[in-house]
Amino acid sequence: MDHLLSLPAWTIAALQALLYLALAPLLVGWVRKVKARLQNRRGAPVLQPFSDLRKLLSKEVHVAHTASPLFRIAPYIVFTATWMAAATVPLLAVELPTAAMADIVVLVGLLALGRFFLALAGMDVGTAFGGMGSSREMLVSALAEPAMLMAVFTLAMQAHSTNLSAVINYQLVLGLSLKPSLLFALAGLSLVAIAETGRIPVDNPATHLELTMIHEAMILEYSGRHLALMEWAAQIKLALYGVLIVSIFLPWGIAQTFAPLPLLIAFGAIGFKLLALGVLLAVAETVLAKMRLFRAPALLNLALLLALLGLLSHIILEVGV
Amino acid sequence: MIESSGLPLLQQAVLVLAALVLFLSFVLIAQTRLVSAIHAFAWQGGLLAAATAVVAMENAEAHLLISALLTLALKAVLIPWMLHRLTRRLNLERDVEVVQHTALVHIAAVAIVIFSYWLVLPIAQQGFGFTRNIIGVSLAIVLIGLLMMIARQQAVSQVLGFMSMENGLFLAAVSATEGMPLVVELGIAFDVLVAMVLFGVFFLQIHTSIDSLDVDRLNRLRERPDEPL
Repeated sequence: MDHLLSLPAWTIAALQALLYLALAPLLVGWVRKVKARLQNRRGAPVLQPFSDLRKLLSKEVHVAHTASPLFRIAPYIVFTATWMAAATVPLLAVELPTAAMADIVVLVGLLALGRFFLALAGMDVGTAFGGMGSSREMLVSALAEPAMLMAVFTLAMQAHSTNLSAVINYQLVLGLSLKPSLLFALAGLSLVAIAETGRIPVDNPATHLELTMIHEAMILEYSGRHLALMEWAAQIKLALYGVLIVSIFLPWGIAQTFAPLPLLIAFGAIGFKLLALGVLLAVAETVLAKMRLFRAPALLNLALLLALLGLLSHIILEVGV
Repeated sequence: MIESSGLPLLQQAVLVLAALVLFLSFVLIAQTRLVSAIHAFAWQGGLLAAATAVVAMENAEAHLLISALLTLALKAVLIPWMLHRLTRRLNLERDVEVVQHTALVHIAAVAIVIFSYWLVLPIAQQGFGFTRNIIGVSLAIVLIGLLMMIARQQAVSQVLGFMSMENGLFLAAVSATEGMPLVVELGIAFDVLVAMVLFGVFFLQIHTSIDSLDVDRLNRLRERPDEPL
């Protein structure tokens, strides 16, 4: 584990973690822009989420008088947990010390930690909306988590490791190949990502309609920098899932050494892939309608089934006898 | 142990298509809207034809190509079209079936996949070229079709289950023996077609006599027609 101690590796890891902070609002801005263009609107500039965050950060914080200290610390925990989870996902290079310390199970655990405090904060003030949002979030995540783990295990079984770097390296060595298990895992993971990041058809990030909102309902009581942190964490989560999907299933271009040129190529490649993914997401959100909340379990059951079929088809069709 | 990653791309494509055919079996059993179920069945037939065509290209066998075309014409176009016309005639287009124990049926379907894998393991060890792993999948498709016939009360969905069983058998034939002789193939195709026509006549008969296609209601005997069900 010599790379655990090497300075350049840590520098790249820190750089990558900081890049997530900058990338996340950019991705959200891009998706909103493409969506607006698809709906024949001009839309806000791509950098609008940054301005929103800056405005919120400079504003005064108002806390309800019924709030406990948990309400105040929850945004910091949610933000840190999500950011740390994102830092373990290889963005520019593999074999980073962060990836060596935390595997996919830790990633899922960190996301669960963030979600736990988010749900607690939603219930803390005692408004009806917060509790409703928390209950819905837990409903969705209880169904999404097994599906995500199953999809992740499909990949781990192929690479014989739960380490993300090892999975990506395995994919790079494998080269172009058609595998039913990867196809199913990709489909399952995409559905989980849509549910977990609160996009259409599970949740609509653009509305405050009381009947439908999940994530918005939980953070309704927040203001100022607390709200900024919560929003930022949600944006990082979207970027995390996007990077996770493109890094695992289309890893080409990621840097395997820490030289400047491969890192530059990796930066360009991931930028291009995320732009393409953003367009895909915007098109999907424009085409699809939001489903009723009680239909969401059906969608997540489909995700679980896809992930399960991925696992089974790996054993039946690919390992052979 | 042979990892599939060593296979050429075309052979991997066959595996992907076979896995998708299996997935469509799951879609079929989960689908409660009749028209959507018919569409899923049509897609299953189309993918089956595609898989057969790729196997035919890979093994350079002309008669498999003919049976792929036959499958495409029959199972992806003709039979779905007939079923579609039938549902329109019987006013079942917007029909949503109430399926009991959905979760249980899905779990049973997954269990069937594992069971058929275990069952076929010794057969697949005999070798049959690169398609040997598909035999387990095709057995699973057959059994899931059977499960669908058991789990559903609606006559049209039962027929869909029956037809998807036939799809599974066809896939087994393609993967285990590189296709049956063309004469047998043609015979089966006509059998299926005749069965479909007969089913159509039966549907009309059942529908006129009990005013529904819920075959569970055929179990109950009643003396007078005005007696409540």
